[in-house]
Amino acid sequence: MRYLLVEDNAELAEAILNRLALDGHAVDHAASLAAAEDCLAAASYDLILLDVMLPDGDGRDFLARSRAHLETPVIVLTARARISDRVGALDQGADDYITKPFDFSELEARCRAVLRRRGGSARNEITLGAATFDPMAGTLSHGKTTVELRNREIRLLEVFARHPGQILSKSQLMERLFSYDAEVTENAIEVYVGRLRRRIDGMGLRIETVRGLGYRMES
Amino acid sequence: MTGSASIERRLTVLLAGVAALLSILSWGMVTGLARQAAERTQDNVLAASATAIAETLRSEQGEVRLELPYSAFSMLGAISEDRVFYRVATGEALLTGYADLPVPAISPPAQGRVVFDTGDYRGAQVRMASVMRQVLAGGAPVSVTVTVAQTRNGIRAIAGELSQLAAMLSVAFFVVAVTLSAVAARTSLRPLNEIAQAVSRRGPNDLRPLRRAAPAELAPLMTALNRLMERLGQSLRRSEDFIVEAAHRVRTPLATVRAQAEIALRSVEDETEKQRLRRMIRAVDESSRSAGQLLDHATVAYRAEDLARDLIDLADLAAQTADALAPTAAMKDIEIRLETVPATVRGDAVLLENALRNVLDNAIKYSAEDTTVTLRVRRPTDTEARIEVIDQGPGLGTGPVEQLTERFRRGQNTQGIVGSGLGLTIAEDVIRAHGGRLELGQGPDGRGACVTLVFLLA
Repeated sequence: MRYLLVEDNAELAEAILNRLALDGHAVDHAASLAAAEDCLAAASYDLILLDVMLPDGDGRDFLARSRAHLETPVIVLTARARISDRVGALDQGADDYITKPFDFSELEARCRAVLRRRGGSARNEITLGAATFDPMAGTLSHGKTTVELRNREIRLLEVFARHPGQILSKSQLMERLFSYDAEVTENAIEVYVGRLRRRIDGMGLRIETVRGLGYRMES
Repeated sequence: MTGSASIERRLTVLLAGVAALLSILSWGMVTGLARQAAERTQDNVLAASATAIAETLRSEQGEVRLELPYSAFSMLGAISEDRVFYRVATGEALLTGYADLPVPAISPPAQGRVVFDTGDYRGAQVRMASVMRQVLAGGAPVSVTVTVAQTRNGIRAIAGELSQLAAMLSVAFFVVAVTLSAVAARTSLRPLNEIAQAVSRRGPNDLRPLRRAAPAELAPLMTALNRLMERLGQSLRRSEDFIVEAAHRVRTPLATVRAQAEIALRSVEDETEKQRLRRMIRAVDESSRSAGQLLDHATVAYRAEDLARDLIDLADLAAQTADALAPTAAMKDIEIRLETVPATVRGDAVLLENALRNVLDNAIKYSAEDTTVTLRVRRPTDTEARIEVIDQGPGLGTGPVEQLTERFRRGQNTQGIVGSGLGLTIAEDVIRAHGGRLELGQGPDGRGACVTLVFLLA
């Protein structure tokens, strides 16, 4: 997935870029509306994350202006917490909004929800051996069988899929699966891995336990 | 509208004072006039009587003679029961009558004219009329003075009766005038009272200008009042803008802190360090969430005063809210189950969405991973519609359930969960503003919590 992040706060932008890159997304960063226009002219994006207060204007005005010719879904990042501001963003054509400061897991979840609502895109499908995994739709297909995965299973499978053959530690998996404040132990990872194993049974995929180190998925 | 400085009372007292003054003046005038009229009548009759006697004077064989006509005394008896005295004399020689009746000094040029005088005679005040006539007696003119006198008691009594009547009329006039002044004061102050009521009936945030017909005298007050409300509204809006701006300025750096801390959390290996970072993130969440809900609370209070009355289908509202919170629920693999029937209410869509979002957000927050939150819209009776939010969380605890909707009050089993304690307060304020109520209870099978927004259908 290719994202465009329009955010003038360099540190926040860097942190978001970091996190989205972890999920395997390519992210371009624009620090102003002018830079965003340049990016949009040069490339096509799957999703735009748009800050409201930018040095050369209001993100919502930009949104209202470009909505006519812009089909890319937009999530507004706003520090404006007023109810009317939030509703206003949706009225001006945003697909969703998220209030700063936000949880990366929530940002990720909202991006996923918006992309799924907009119909996802075929190029995001991941081939895992003989199986096809569509993280947007949350489906895993093998031949004629298709299973629908639940949110955490999708995310877990996504992490494994982006690191084929690599050993992933329990704490690495935990950070991707759970919000920072969830009171979970590493046992929870064992539960979810166990669940995912049952789901991918017969799909030609295997999750191995590497004692003392973590897990590894092989096709 | 009572009190020592009440305009109404002052106006009434002033008008009553004027009425009292007028009553006393009119009484005095009537009394004076009555007395004057009585005295003038007496004078006229006395003059007529004296003249009538003087008419009978004639000379007979050099002697002055007269007759006392009956009519001269009967006319005096006609006006009162007073005693009558008379005296006819030439110079010092008494012809007839009471010799000691005082005689006014009448000089010859006054001949034919009646002269009046007042004096004391036999222990009473008397009014006297004298007339002088010259009679030729024995070839020489002789001056004859005729004096008729009458006591004044009867006249006084008549004047007194008239004065009493006038006093009664004055008192009656005074009573009527005071009543009318009270009515007039009240009536003329009614527009003022109406304006006062119109202002005091308003909610604390209703700053629309007053639009009502007022007497010209009150127009400056109305204008001043409207200007004041306009300025108040402006300063309210300014402070709201200021709060929003301040919240924005605080939240942007908080977002950076939180993002950086989350990145650090991934790269740090040490569990104590991780714990510290988690606490830091939690503090950021806590403060930004509180700020947000305080703003929401203020907005709710502001909008509730002047509620929009849109037609809203609760089923649509539930579906939209579920949709908006689905990603949040997905983070914990929580399923939001919708069980709705159409139910249309009138209300403020923005506020109701906010209220339901707060309740649903609470339910998700306090639910365990991998559970279900049910969002149900029911119409159990023709007069009631309910939105029930049922979770499978720890329930609302053992503390008093009513206290949970108090500001900043959080339940007894909220340890470890970020919250400001305003969510249910906001929801309750909104539903109350819509004439409904918020019910807190247990889930249907005794597990979890059930928060219900109850709407009364018209």
